Amino acid sequence: MDISPAPRPVLELRDIVKTYGGVHALDTVSFTLLPGEVHCLAGENGSGKSTLIKIISGVETPDSGVIVVGGERHASMTPASAIAAGVQVIYQDFSLFPNLSVAENIAMPRQRAVGGRFYSARAARPIAQGIVDELGLALDLDADVAALSVADKQLTAICRALVSDAQIIIMDEPTTALTGAEVTALFALVRRLQSRGVSLIFVSHKLDEVLRVSQRLTVLRNGTWVATGAAGDYDRDAIAGLMTGKDIDTSRVVSAVPADAAIALEVKGLGRPGAFADVDLVVRCGEIVGLTGLLGSGRGEIAEAIFGVRPATTGTIAVGGHPVRIQSIPDAVAAGIGYVPEDRLTQGLFLDDSIADNVVAASVTAFAGRARLLDRARMLAFIQSVASRLRIKAPNLSLAVRSLSGGNAQRVVLAKWLMTNPKVLLLNGPTVGVDVGSKSEILEILRTQASAGMGVVVISDDIPELYSACHRVLIVQGGRIVCELAGDAVRVETIEQRIAA
Amino acid sequence: MSTPALRQRRSGLLSRWPGRNNEGYLAALLLLVVAVMSAAAPAFFSLHTFFSVIRGATVPWIFAMGVLLVLVSGGIDVSFPAIAVFSAYSAVALTTARGVDAGLLGNFALAMAIGCLLGLVNGILIARFRLPTLIVTLGTAGFFRGAMITFVGATYIAQLPRSLAEQSTRSVISVNTEAGTTFLHVLVVPVLILTVLIALGLKHTMFGRAAYAIGGDPEAARRVGIPVQRTQVVLYVLVGALAAFGGMVFMIQGQAADPQMLIGIELDTIAAVVLGGASIFGGRGSVLGTVLGVLLVQVINNSLVLVGVPTAWQRATVGLLLLLGVGAQAWAGRRPRRAAPAAVKAPAVKAAA
Repeated sequence: MDISPAPRPVLELRDIVKTYGGVHALDTVSFTLLPGEVHCLAGENGSGKSTLIKIISGVETPDSGVIVVGGERHASMTPASAIAAGVQVIYQDFSLFPNLSVAENIAMPRQRAVGGRFYSARAARPIAQGIVDELGLALDLDADVAALSVADKQLTAICRALVSDAQIIIMDEPTTALTGAEVTALFALVRRLQSRGVSLIFVSHKLDEVLRVSQRLTVLRNGTWVATGAAGDYDRDAIAGLMTGKDIDTSRVVSAVPADAAIALEVKGLGRPGAFADVDLVVRCGEIVGLTGLLGSGRGEIAEAIFGVRPATTGTIAVGGHPVRIQSIPDAVAAGIGYVPEDRLTQGLFLDDSIADNVVAASVTAFAGRARLLDRARMLAFIQSVASRLRIKAPNLSLAVRSLSGGNAQRVVLAKWLMTNPKVLLLNGPTVGVDVGSKSEILEILRTQASAGMGVVVISDDIPELYSACHRVLIVQGGRIVCELAGDAVRVETIEQRIAA
Repeated sequence: MSTPALRQRRSGLLSRWPGRNNEGYLAALLLLVVAVMSAAAPAFFSLHTFFSVIRGATVPWIFAMGVLLVLVSGGIDVSFPAIAVFSAYSAVALTTARGVDAGLLGNFALAMAIGCLLGLVNGILIARFRLPTLIVTLGTAGFFRGAMITFVGATYIAQLPRSLAEQSTRSVISVNTEAGTTFLHVLVVPVLILTVLIALGLKHTMFGRAAYAIGGDPEAARRVGIPVQRTQVVLYVLVGALAAFGGMVFMIQGQAADPQMLIGIELDTIAAVVLGGASIFGGRGSVLGTVLGVLLVQVINNSLVLVGVPTAWQRATVGLLLLLGVGAQAWAGRRPRRAAPAAVKAPAVKAAA
């Protein structure tokens, strides 16, 4: 460890142990947070980051170990004692009250915490206004939080934390739901918080982003401490290696696709007023094509139109050389198109159903035996084989999908569509919220599927991912494909420049 | 609710329209019904009708305050009629069986203590074991009624204790009109006081704000340090006490203690509260809206009687009103949520400070 001895840490965890049913979630983990620093906490899903946060914020009690906050030793925290000690967590879901106004959301918890039995809207407003002005924000204090954008909700949560005298702010995956411009604004705000002497812990998968603002970094793996050091000493690949314990390959691996390979998907003149227009797209068998652009550029709408979610009004689509008419999702499925949606939790999975049921959900009719009854044995054997091929890590396949980590859940969605044996697979943000290890495995699965003859379209923000896996990258702007990069032209910098152009 | 108060004060009364829970529309609807009825039947527009509407609304009004409290906190309670009967009937049965009269305050205190206890049962089941509120209260409702008939009694008590019986005809205002003397019952006074207390409690105490917060997002409430379980338990105890109070008022109005009373009043009450703008999903609702909802249901019921509509159709009408209330909420809920999509909207940061 290379902790400089000078400043006294605002938060120190010593030898924290936490077990759930005999399994070590955290095994003698230590962690220090220095005053005014931004400290990135990195680790794959299941590495113990969330447990560590819960222990700091008092939601969970450690089995052993010591927590020192502001010089005081605690064996464990409660939510109230953590707040009193100046610890505030900005949860991924922000934990705001959608039915209350911004002003009340910001000021009420503090008025409560200082022991007030009464609430005064008149007193709440100047408190909220004060912090909003101090941070130079433009929040409508009278709006219901339910009506705010995701970014504004996050700002509200930050204001609430500051009003409650936060000395330590923990942000759980703060950039997941934000656009590039919003992330930049958030980081500017983070620097302003730092200058106020607030210390921040960032928990994130998006290492590139987090390294932009962090001074130090701690990596956890499988519940154990792996490394702590100055953020500048690590690059993306080094951190990924520490997180996974193996070398993660983010280099470009694309197989050669013969120029005369059969065409898996051909789209001509596709358009829907107000969304996109004149979209021409050819995907050959064995090819992975990337589709990218800013949020709102229409890239997602194009994919949804091809899959019949919101059908196009003009243009033609052909799958495997045969023209198809796609007016609905069943049309697209029948034509041999599979789609992995962006928000897999709400659109792609039945969270409370078992892994096996989810895997088979899109292909169940293929297992009809005699008298249209399900051939269970054949179906289960098939599910087993797909699950092991995709390396879905679960004790058994009858567990609810809700219990899986992000990377595994994404594999279940993939498995569902691979079961249908599609000719064309569209994936919208296939690795959003997935840790680096799972990410490279998912890309490897896509490469394998493509080389088996499938046409794959990846819609993504993640430029290194596009670089790593795509034969060609198409850039969408204002609902039109404005640029196509192929071969050596597919480079991270080039894609970034073209998107911003 | 609270924070828009400043903005409203600034820009005048008109900008408040129609109110945070659409109270304005409800008031307009109420006026419309009154106007139509007055035009159709001139006898309708009289002090007598007004007083009788208030009298008829008194009991649902009290219950509605309780239902509002639980709805705001994200729950629902269908056991309040059972609690009302259990508490009021037991209080009277226990004292009259021993030949004592606990007096007006004594009887009310006894009934409300029993009501608190029964509410505590609901509260503990719901808060401690995190059970769905509808099912818990449905279960306890059946249990309370059955237990009362088994252990307390099932006989119709035609003679209330004197201290209660003499309240039956006591008035706070009485007016002589050509149609005869009409009076406003004395029990509206404590009801109005309770209403004001609940309104203040919901708006200006941390307890009230905690109820709204829990109704908005219970997990978020827990995370900011609100004692969610305790707040829920206290809420259900309060509902129990209000139910007991309503039961006593109902008994006094009916001048008898009937173990079979108050069947089906949950429909009228919940319809009134939902019509009054309280969200069935929790977190929204106001005392003013609830009062308007209660009055609207009562005026409509009253009008139907006056026009000669059969009782069965009155039930159907109240049922329709409930559906209307829920439908209006669903429709209104879909509308403003269509704020600018988060992804496209620029973040709310001004130029760097």
